[in-house]
Amino acid sequence: MLSIKNLSVHYGGIHALRGISLDVPAGKIVTLIGANGAGKSTTLNSIIGLVKAGSGSVNWNGRDLFGARTKTIVESGIVLVPEGRRVFPNLTVDENLTLGAYARNNRTEIEEDRQRIFGLFPRLKERHKQKAGTFSGGEQQMLAVGRALMSKPTVLMMDEPSLGLSPIFVGMIFDIIREINATGVTVLLVEQNAKAALSVADTGYVMETGTISFSGSGKELLADDRVRRAYLGET
Amino acid sequence: MNPGLINTGKKLPMSRNQMLTFAAACIGLALLFVFDATFDSFTMQIFKLCAINIILALSLNLINGFTGLFSLGHAGFMAVGAYTCAILTMSPEQKEVNYVLQPIVPWLAHVQLPFLPGLLIGGFLAGFIGWLLGVISLRLRDDYLAIATLGFSEIIRVLLTNAQTVTNGALGLKGLPRFTTMWWAWGSAILITVFLVFLIKSSYGRAFKSIRDNEIAAESMGVDVFGMKVLSFTISSFLAGIAGGLLAHYLTTIDPKQFIFLKTFDILLIVVLGGVGSITGSVIAAIAVTISMEALRFLDGPLNLGFVATTGIPGLRMVFFSALLMVVVIYRQQGLMGKAEFSWDALARIGLLPRRGPKSGKGGR
Repeated sequence: MLSIKNLSVHYGGIHALRGISLDVPAGKIVTLIGANGAGKSTTLNSIIGLVKAGSGSVNWNGRDLFGARTKTIVESGIVLVPEGRRVFPNLTVDENLTLGAYARNNRTEIEEDRQRIFGLFPRLKERHKQKAGTFSGGEQQMLAVGRALMSKPTVLMMDEPSLGLSPIFVGMIFDIIREINATGVTVLLVEQNAKAALSVADTGYVMETGTISFSGSGKELLADDRVRRAYLGET
Repeated sequence: MNPGLINTGKKLPMSRNQMLTFAAACIGLALLFVFDATFDSFTMQIFKLCAINIILALSLNLINGFTGLFSLGHAGFMAVGAYTCAILTMSPEQKEVNYVLQPIVPWLAHVQLPFLPGLLIGGFLAGFIGWLLGVISLRLRDDYLAIATLGFSEIIRVLLTNAQTVTNGALGLKGLPRFTTMWWAWGSAILITVFLVFLIKSSYGRAFKSIRDNEIAAESMGVDVFGMKVLSFTISSFLAGIAGGLLAHYLTTIDPKQFIFLKTFDILLIVVLGGVGSITGSVIAAIAVTISMEALRFLDGPLNLGFVATTGIPGLRMVFFSALLMVVVIYRQQGLMGKAEFSWDALARIGLLPRRGPKSGKGGR
């Protein structure tokens, strides 16, 4: 289980996270929803160590990861698919995937995982020698997910995976999230598409201006009046 | 990928590409022997300069092209390598002759090393200073890094001008032994090219390129972004130092004015023309630019274009390169090669090579 307690982050004078706490149980899909600037991305970035948190604790199966280096965190089995896809545009699909396994050493296992990911995303296999920059947005998102899976994560964190994608790809991405979760990978998902996120999630947390205002199971939140009004555009 | 083994009666443990590479290496080596025996001393000087410029272009490309850091401090690292190597290899008698204003500091007066250790120490010192500068300045990005490194190279030049008892100040060092033979120049260039080809293909090279392409994504994959930047910067400075040492013993005269920041731009020109992020491009452009610099020397002399005649404008050939650079930046930003590299398979794809069986390979890497 990944357990975050009282995590605080400052950007200069801005208090981006005001002591948030959340639990990500093993094997589940947990989602963070909320408006722009609520601190969703900051939460993921500080768990993976891209942003240094000021105080709080990040506990991963009894291990303290607060303040650890990103490489250590990735090695321990947590990985982030950063917002806006961020593939390496001048590198081929193969090179992108190899970089996903940067924190690993066992070559045979890495090759096995590459084949597994090609099985999950046949499009990547067809074009494995092509540069990632030539791909469409949806294909780049597939690659970004595949690259993250190359680190053999136990927890996959995804930052706005459906952002800027066509409806078909949005549907595909959520199918893939379920599929990955079914193989035993825990998923922590940040989404603006609250409806889609809550329908796949076991648990949801609603964030507002750096705090968690309330939480519940995906179904509960989908039915919750406050969520419906604020994030699902219903009156 | 692998077009199979070539069948010549019995099976050879070599693919077509390996055979072509081997053949090209043999031809290249043979050419070097022929050039060494037949070139007159003027042609040989230009030929050697090609090799030195290859090293400079490759080392700048490693940091600018492959790691995506815009550094303009190359002249400084060259100067460190050049001066270190020159001072360490100069004979005590030569030092007495050179240091006329103030004698050289005693602990350097009687040092005299052979060329190789001098060259390597120059390289290591440049690399060490590169590491130090990297640790301090690589938190900066883009234009800020360019300004910081540019400032650094000017600091080095000012230090060289003023450290009279070590560097002989503005007088420079004259009468250095002509150590940089063709074998030294081209040997180093080939060794460094091969080293960089392997480095770029290694996981370090992939990490460099990932930082260039997307720093945040690289970091979230666990790449030690800062450490890798410093490593790339250090290697690049080391290679620039080596090139500086070779240059010193090629020119046999060095002074601080040679290492003004314009020297960095000369190298940058080669890198941009060849392709930012292509080893092949840098090698080709280094040779082409070095030869053109000489071939276009007539532009500096008196010209009669029919409608206008000049009595000779020194530096006019540089205008040609500036114009060429502008054309490239406007119409072909990726330069000659873009980020592509030479490969036998690519040659076969564009039809310059039969798809199967070795006929003949053109020399080159």
